[in-house]
Amino acid sequence: MPPLVELAGITKRFPGCLANDSVSLTIAPRQIHALLGENGAGKSTLVKIISGVLHQDAGQIIWCGTEVTIRDPAHARALGIGMVFQHFSLFEALTVAENIALGLGTARERVGLRDRIIAVSLSYGLPVDPDRVVHDLSVGERQRIEIVRCLLRNPKLLIMDEPTSVLTPLEAETLFATLRRLASEGCSILYISHKLDEVRALCDVATIMRQGRVVAHCVPREKTTSELASLMIGRDFLPPASRRVSVTGAPRLVVEHLSLAATNPFGTALRDVSFSVAGGEILGIAGIAGNGQGELMDALSGEILAPAADAIRLDATPIGKTGPHGRRRLGGCFVPEERNGHGAVAGMSLAENFFLSGQLRGVLARFGLIRRARTTDFADRVISRFDVRASGTMAEAKSLSGGNLQKFLVGREMLLDPAVLVVSQPSWGVDASAAQAIHQAILALAASGAAIVVISQDLDEIMLLADRIAVIAAGLLSDPVPVAEATREQIGLLMGGVASHA
Amino acid sequence: MLSLSPRGTASDFWRYAAPVLALALTALITGALFAAMGRPALLTVTTFLITPLLATGGLEALLVKAAPLVMMGVGLSIAYRANVWNIGAEGQYILGALAAGGLALALPDAPGWVIVPLLIAAGLVGGAGYALIVAWLRTRFNANEILTSLMLAYVAQYLLVYLVTGPWRDPDGFGFPQTALFSDAAGGPRLIDGSNLHLGLMFAPLIALAAWVMLGRSVLGFQLRVMGQAPRAARFAGFDENRLIWLAMAISGGLAGLAGMFEVTGNQGQLTINLGPGYGFTAIIVGFLGRLNPLGVIPAGLLLALTYLGGDAAQMNLGLSSAITGIFQGILLFCLLGSDVLISHRLHWKRRP
Repeated sequence: MPPLVELAGITKRFPGCLANDSVSLTIAPRQIHALLGENGAGKSTLVKIISGVLHQDAGQIIWCGTEVTIRDPAHARALGIGMVFQHFSLFEALTVAENIALGLGTARERVGLRDRIIAVSLSYGLPVDPDRVVHDLSVGERQRIEIVRCLLRNPKLLIMDEPTSVLTPLEAETLFATLRRLASEGCSILYISHKLDEVRALCDVATIMRQGRVVAHCVPREKTTSELASLMIGRDFLPPASRRVSVTGAPRLVVEHLSLAATNPFGTALRDVSFSVAGGEILGIAGIAGNGQGELMDALSGEILAPAADAIRLDATPIGKTGPHGRRRLGGCFVPEERNGHGAVAGMSLAENFFLSGQLRGVLARFGLIRRARTTDFADRVISRFDVRASGTMAEAKSLSGGNLQKFLVGREMLLDPAVLVVSQPSWGVDASAAQAIHQAILALAASGAAIVVISQDLDEIMLLADRIAVIAAGLLSDPVPVAEATREQIGLLMGGVASHA
Repeated sequence: MLSLSPRGTASDFWRYAAPVLALALTALITGALFAAMGRPALLTVTTFLITPLLATGGLEALLVKAAPLVMMGVGLSIAYRANVWNIGAEGQYILGALAAGGLALALPDAPGWVIVPLLIAAGLVGGAGYALIVAWLRTRFNANEILTSLMLAYVAQYLLVYLVTGPWRDPDGFGFPQTALFSDAAGGPRLIDGSNLHLGLMFAPLIALAAWVMLGRSVLGFQLRVMGQAPRAARFAGFDENRLIWLAMAISGGLAGLAGMFEVTGNQGQLTINLGPGYGFTAIIVGFLGRLNPLGVIPAGLLLALTYLGGDAAQMNLGLSSAITGIFQGILLFCLLGSDVLISHRLHWKRRP
């Protein structure tokens, strides 16, 4: 049977990164094809190219035997490519039928829509009532609306982007039944996921990506979960020679049985998280994005308070119910993942941004007034010590490139002499030499006796920096193990949600 | 289909040139309006911007009208910079005037050095207290402050009418809806003997200067600006959002109350059902025209005060409706906000998807 779609040598370059490096894959009719990979492996870029959102720099897309150039998402839909996104675009105040009508282009398509919705939902086992208001529906039901919306156009290829990340296990089972049925009736499915068990249970074929490249095509049923994990993470271990000898003292940051409810519908609840970090030690927290890292960061920095003061202790002082200000007073310093708008104010100067978190530890205010000379001096020291490329301390944060702003934000906290530093994605979007500078500063800070927590999706970075590593998945934190004893296979399994939580 | 997309960077030049451009556009549009009503188009510029200054006592009238506008415009600028949208300065202005007016009526024999500081305190407390209702509704129930502050402005208006036509009505006032006259001492000293220039005229620029220092140099001003620009960063820094909302409302309300207090005691000398031509709403235009910068508010307040005098002149000299002032001010705000949108966004045609 000729393939439905064939991608040959798709290459896409963004400034400073090769997102897709000569990616090839073939999807047969009626096939459920998994696209497996870590965050940043290039899955989303590839899918955006197939669905017409981005255009490839090189390579061909062959659709049903003829080469096509997919101009835009409308063109992709006309060809028969449907996509269900991770986050839905539905109007809560409208009914199911009204929402679906809004997504269709022309009046002609809306004729007899209600009956067609019922027909499609019955024949694929996707129970949706067209007259219900979306507001009252569960996440699983909302996802069904999106799928029905796609199916009304009779797609030949349905792309599902991490569909189970928002579903309960039972809802996921229902979804799998639907997808199998769809495939058996002639619709191919491209299934994007990093959940290994799911891919093994559902998919006929898997394409595994790592760092923009296809590393393997395989039949997932024939592989063990561990084999898939090591393919996804890669086997190339860093030489252990780069590890420093760690000097550990008394525990400085202790988290005990910390549970937090999710603050928004797409958030992750933290479930009974416990760990401790000693002075001089670096704890790495690995995990795929959206598994509770943001919530853990907010809980540690004090932006969200813990239910009990005792759940978090800094140098033996309970700080669970202390806000960010009080935690800084005790020596806590934090670098959140998001730069503009969270760690920094885009429209303010670097000096003012230094003041943002440095006011207390830098003693930058007197009589309620900002000590401008002292603040500027501190900002200047960050700029020179961390080689921040900026026109000066008066440069607005938004005028800096992402990497340079990151250096400034990491440097800002370093200069405040932290007792405990929690840093999320320290080298995200930073070029290699800057990343090295940041890494060295983190190691030096640990050597001087601070306790450090590095939350990162980059496993190489954690392997390089951390003494111990723990993995966060669905809000659960695994027990930290010494990096020297951890295998990539074991970590990959934990990241894929195969629980081994003691 | 017309569509707006962000430019990414906004020109600094146009940020400050926009008020001038808006004023020019307003002159053009009102000129066309005059022409449509059969009067020479150029008359708008002369009637609104030049004639009032040439009249006897024109400058004095201008300053007296500008003082409350500047005071309130400064307060609103501070609140707006913190992303707290207090639209009800008019109500806080009335409450400040009522608190001060009530006190002046209760203490008719107090000497000036006693009554004037008391009146200032009453004005501040009256306005701030009224504004804090809005802050409480926002922080306790997450009620939108735009709606609650605006609605409370109408409540204040009815409270004023009730007091002036009811319990506070002057028994010797032939049934007019007004209170007895305040004592001379309550009017405070004159900046120039025999003139109408009350103490508020000296306070207004000083308040603007203090607010400018506060916003730019103080920790509190920094916190307010961060909350307005990046609420997430404010939480990261550990600023207390609710406290800043309370403060922003208290400052803008307090300054509105102060403006109301100076207007009734220093200028009108009694409470009537009409405490002014809607200064509280015009102050919103003043704040935006002054680029939400307390020092920029001073020229903006003078300009808007001029439009009130110009509106009077247009009524008297040209026989136009009193609505003309509101029309002029409305078109000015429209042109200014329109320019602001076009400074940060690009307008272009977009094919329907």
